[in-house]
Amino acid sequence: MKTAARRTRAKERKASEKYRLEGARALFLYRAMVRLRTIDERMITLQRQGRIGFYGACTGQEAASLGAAYALEPTDWIFPALREQGVMLLRGYPLVPFLAQCFGNSLDETKGRQMPSHPASRSVNQVSWGSCIGTQLPQAVGAALAAKLRGDPTVVMAFSGDGGTSTADFHAAMNFAGVYKAPVVFVVQNNHFAISVGRTRQTASESYAVKGVAYGIPGVQVDGNDARAVYAAAKEAVDRAREGGGPTLVECVTYRMGAHSTSDDPTRYRDPKEVEEWARRDPIERFKKSLIEEGIWSEEQDAALRKELLEEVNAAIATVEAAPDPEVETLFDDVYAQMPWNLREQREECLAAIAWEKARGLSSGH
Amino acid sequence: MPVLNLVQAVNDALRLEMRRDERVVILGEDVGKFGGVFRATAGLYEEFGENRVIDTPLSETGIIGTAIGMALYGMRPVPEIQFLDFIYSGYDQIVNELAKMRYRSGGQYTCPMVIRAPYGGGIKGGLYHSQSTESVFIHHAGLKVVVPSNPYDAKGLLLSALRQDDPVLFLEPKRIYRAARGEVPEGDYTVPLESAAIVREGDAVTVIAWGAMLHEAVAAVDRLAEEGIRCELIDLRTLWPLDIETVLGSVRKTGRAVIVHEAARTLGLGAEIAALIQERAFVYLEAPVKRITGWDTPFPYTLDEHYLPRAPRIEKGIRETLDFVA
Ligand SMILES: Cc1ncc(C[n+]2csc(CCOP(=O)(O)OP(=O)(O)O)c2C)c(N)n1
Ligand SMILES: [Mg+2]
Repeated sequence: MKTAARRTRAKERKASEKYRLEGARALFLYRAMVRLRTIDERMITLQRQGRIGFYGACTGQEAASLGAAYALEPTDWIFPALREQGVMLLRGYPLVPFLAQCFGNSLDETKGRQMPSHPASRSVNQVSWGSCIGTQLPQAVGAALAAKLRGDPTVVMAFSGDGGTSTADFHAAMNFAGVYKAPVVFVVQNNHFAISVGRTRQTASESYAVKGVAYGIPGVQVDGNDARAVYAAAKEAVDRAREGGGPTLVECVTYRMGAHSTSDDPTRYRDPKEVEEWARRDPIERFKKSLIEEGIWSEEQDAALRKELLEEVNAAIATVEAAPDPEVETLFDDVYAQMPWNLREQREECLAAIAWEKARGLSSGH
Repeated sequence: MPVLNLVQAVNDALRLEMRRDERVVILGEDVGKFGGVFRATAGLYEEFGENRVIDTPLSETGIIGTAIGMALYGMRPVPEIQFLDFIYSGYDQIVNELAKMRYRSGGQYTCPMVIRAPYGGGIKGGLYHSQSTESVFIHHAGLKVVVPSNPYDAKGLLLSALRQDDPVLFLEPKRIYRAARGEVPEGDYTVPLESAAIVREGDAVTVIAWGAMLHEAVAAVDRLAEEGIRCELIDLRTLWPLDIETVLGSVRKTGRAVIVHEAARTLGLGAEIAALIQERAFVYLEAPVKRITGWDTPFPYTLDEHYLPRAPRIEKGIRETLDFVA
């Protein structure tokens, strides 16, 4: 066990030299992180105001989530978990439909079917995530295996929380990936919590990275609040996968700075001192500091960027909020490729009930 | 008498039984210090400690499988599944193991346990925080399924469930966790399983509902009562084994039956109830048995208000059943 841990740490050092992110590319990633933070802050406020129903923020994990995905090519695929929605923005997905997913209205590409924070788009190869923890992991292995069998150079990145590593699906995914040498990179966001459940109740293992050993998969533990370190570890793993070297497990050690979701009150289960301590390791602040030290960024530019991003986000929210809900009859679409008789009948029944209620001055929206 | 909401009544029953029977242990995600995401186990960790209120890793198959082993060894585990929608990784353990243990061991091994799970829609939960899939568990012989619609029943039914020897899936309608309030006696009492409650007496039509939809049905039935139409409303309470006598007795009296559930229509429990009624009370029927239900689609997010059978749709359906002439 101890040797495995040493081995993973050694890997981390080597990686950061070879895959160092410089100049414009570093600034691009930084900008995406600040943009995601801006979005998260605004959306949490909107949720408090009752304008959206729920939100799951990435706050504190921007480096781990975006830094890892930045190692991918546009043709690569992503199987996200709850906190990786922002990855699609990094990969060029427009802000308006992204935010519309949280409103679930007619501008939402997924047609208002899912809770907020569950976007998906084929245009950026980001697959739809359900809500059930862990289920995406074996699916990612399957997509990677398919790419391999078809001779495509595609790499698949699958995200999981620390909690997700306890699922049977995680085990199945790791095992299958190892057996088939699938070109998949598992990124475990160890943010120290699964809602209220901390590390000691999630695993007795010395790390999450070390879990790769038992499956014959290299495991790397990386400082998840260091955007460049995450990128380097992910890039090494992605390159290996693309070259036929098989899967890698990357553990990003990070911290969920906010609540689990807008339905949660973390003061009930965690120590404010710990929260403060991690706030000092805020990945955005750290990245900014290093960019400034290198002379490619300044406080003035930073203030201007934040202002610009806030304006962009607010304008997008205004556009999105003005859009109507999906039409009621769309409730019955997309269950099957062709709508069977029972759904056709039920669609009529639903519309008739609404008409009947309207005629009598009743409303089901109570 | 104290006034509690439904989730407080569940908490009260758990506390009471844990004081009375030290074999009772709780296990699940976030049930410990946090007290459960819906607060159902609040304060229990403090009172009973970490060996009886056990936070688990994130694995439903782990939770259920472990609970089965504990039950086999003589304990009375009460696993909590955070949302019914997340139970499926434990489905194999439930339907192939838990439900069949007594039968396959010739009655030697039993698994008395109560799996608690919040369920049902109307909380803006989308596909995976809304589903109502009671009938898939009923289809597997060996499980009892119970759904309270009010705090009094929640406490009394849960205590009954904890004191009998079969595995029970205790589904808590989360939409009314806090909205359903009522007087709940302090201390011990039980509400028997397998007994339905007649919530409104009448002779025009029998309306059968449970859980959160019972309240929608009450609203519809009371509105009809303003016009002098007296419906008989039954709260099924134990979905399986269901109280067949109460259902049939009512239908023999009214000659008409409407079943309301939020689960999808196809192969929902309404289908079984309708079949039972027509098999056993065919000559009394003056109209087809009607089902007013959720649609045969996944549970939507934005349009969820149009998915659930709310009071107006129920009222419309009852009127159609009353107006039916062969
Ligand atoms: C199978 C399943 N069980 C329970 C839940 C409820 N739930 C939602 S998020 C969560 C914790 C997830 O923790 P982790 O995997 O560490 O991800 P994080 O939220 O920390 O990003 C739980 C228990 C769920 N969504 N799916
Ligand atoms: Mg976590």
